[in-house]
Amino acid sequence: MSEDVAPLVASRPTPAFVEAQIEGASYGDRVYRWATTGFALVIPILLVLIAWEVFRAGWPALKTFGPAFFTSSAWDPVNGKFGAAPAVYGTIVSSILALIIATPLAVGVAIFLSEFAPNWIRQPIAFFVDLLAAIPSVVYGLWGVLVMVPFIREHVMPFVKDTLHLGDFPLFTGAAYGPSMFAAGCILAIMILPYISAVTREVLRAVPRSQREAALALGATRWEMIWDAVLPYARSGIVGGVILGLGRALGETMAVTMVIGNRHELSASLFQPGYTMASLIANEFAEATNDLHVSSLMAVGAGLFVVTVIVNVIARWLVWRTARAAGSAA
Amino acid sequence: MRGAQLAVVTAASLAVLACSSGADKKGDSARSGGGLTAGGADLTGAGATFPYPLYSRWVSEYAASTGVKINYQQIGSGGGIKQLQEETVDFGASDAPMSDSEMVKAKGGPVFHIPSVVGVVAIAYNLPGLTQPLKLSGPIVADIFLGRITKWNDSRIAALNAGVALPNSDILVVHRSEGSGTTYVFSDYLSAVSPAWKSGPGKGKELQWPVGLGERGNDGVAGQIKQTPGAMGYVEMAFVKQNRLTAALLQNAAGQFVMPSDEGATAAADAAIAKLPANTDYRISIVNSAGATAYPISSLTYLLVYQHMSDAGKAKKLSAFIKWALTKGQQFASPLDYAPLPSSMVPKLLARADSVASGTGR
Repeated sequence: MSEDVAPLVASRPTPAFVEAQIEGASYGDRVYRWATTGFALVIPILLVLIAWEVFRAGWPALKTFGPAFFTSSAWDPVNGKFGAAPAVYGTIVSSILALIIATPLAVGVAIFLSEFAPNWIRQPIAFFVDLLAAIPSVVYGLWGVLVMVPFIREHVMPFVKDTLHLGDFPLFTGAAYGPSMFAAGCILAIMILPYISAVTREVLRAVPRSQREAALALGATRWEMIWDAVLPYARSGIVGGVILGLGRALGETMAVTMVIGNRHELSASLFQPGYTMASLIANEFAEATNDLHVSSLMAVGAGLFVVTVIVNVIARWLVWRTARAAGSAA
Repeated sequence: MRGAQLAVVTAASLAVLACSSGADKKGDSARSGGGLTAGGADLTGAGATFPYPLYSRWVSEYAASTGVKINYQQIGSGGGIKQLQEETVDFGASDAPMSDSEMVKAKGGPVFHIPSVVGVVAIAYNLPGLTQPLKLSGPIVADIFLGRITKWNDSRIAALNAGVALPNSDILVVHRSEGSGTTYVFSDYLSAVSPAWKSGPGKGKELQWPVGLGERGNDGVAGQIKQTPGAMGYVEMAFVKQNRLTAALLQNAAGQFVMPSDEGATAAADAAIAKLPANTDYRISIVNSAGATAYPISSLTYLLVYQHMSDAGKAKKLSAFIKWALTKGQQFASPLDYAPLPSSMVPKLLARADSVASGTGR
């Protein structure tokens, strides 16, 4: 941008003192430009260095176990066998479960706040929803352990198993421990809700008034106006908010560790304990003395890195695709 | 080395949590934990979390009576061993003895293992409606944790508990999710009493558990047992009392059913030590110890010190502190639910602590 502007300014006939000022300014500009370029480069360099270090530290484990590291579910520190499949599976499943629960809620909250809520209630509700994001994750974890998990064990699990008779359905089999993949999904849903909701709220507010007025002028009801005119316009932004939530869910550690049950086992049942990559690292790093064990944990970290990158690439692509679809439709 | 630093950072951040809960539960530990900073300490140590409440009490009592300030950080046994190996602390502490390969990596030369106190691991369970403590044997506990016994009214449990109305419900096994000295002691015991356990999950700070649920920390396991009817797990004895859990009577090597207690653990250590040669390095297991009153899941926890410290002044101070801990310090053990060392051990350990002071360079 500055290159386009600079010759334009210079080509004008200007008094000498202004010329001098511009000379000085351009020197300042150059310093400023190099400084900001430096700052901007620090971030990618840092990222590459972190990735390099994590992969380097995890390499001995990846070399020892090969691709089986991500497909095996043996995690046996005593005999030096490590496989991270349950943790990879748990990370993805708990995050997706969280999205399934949180997205409709968050979008619903955002629609209410931007379309229906009277002014006096909009601010307080928005404030409380945003406040959810300010609660430390260990506090969520404590609440999960002391309130949510007992509730799930004493009410949700018996209801699904005994009242609905779904105990033999693969998603709900097994002993009712309480801490489970389901519990992890629930707590993650609460934790990511404010992110999705805040982004969606802003995106909906950015939808032009004319869009709404046009729909109403065509005889649309309020519901049709929101569903057919406002939401499609905001779709790519909402997807972006959902992805932001997903990113948070994938990396969340403390609260998940406290409610997921920390079990190295692939189980289709949501009522069974599971594991996530982040909680695996948090649990085992401090006492991992054996080199291969430490390396395996670093390899799990590298795996989490890759999963996060893949998810973000998919997310970018989704946002780009929805934006393009919306563009061509409009 | 990088691993060690990372581990320390991780452990330190987690220790904030552990610290606050430990302080609540063990009363006096907060007092000494807050007042000391690493900068002003005469000696620094790091390691096991399990004896932290006691060590913390020792540190404050010792500072009050001698003015020597010691900073002990509970970063976990593995971290303690790493820091000792790198010589970043003056002494380490561990629930499990160092392996031969770990000893070789110690940069400061030969390491003494000095048992400081005896720990007791209880089998705790939650069966509402039971009026008397459940009787269990080692092989039964092993089979429960192997997933071979899954119901509370299993015939083998019923056989030991005649007349007790056992429910026909699942046994919900709870174990530690993170590496832990408690797990090491418990799995050491199961390996001693069950060939299937020895050849299966084996003995270690972290295992591949055949069944059950992982919870973080003794308090996590205790909390889970407390809130889950049908749960069973293993915790340090102190957590049974604090959480008002029920502990099982466990059959010892002499066939007696014993409750976890400091007397039982001291008796176990006494019986195990009696068999040792004079020049033992104390890297031994005292689980399933002989003796009619011995409680079977007992363990020694260790202070790890270099035989020859490079700083003669520190060596003298450390030696004096260890001798104090082995004698006067032992009175603080029982009130905090640790078992004091058997008196038969103390003279030899004092002699060993003395030899630390006499070390002059390497």
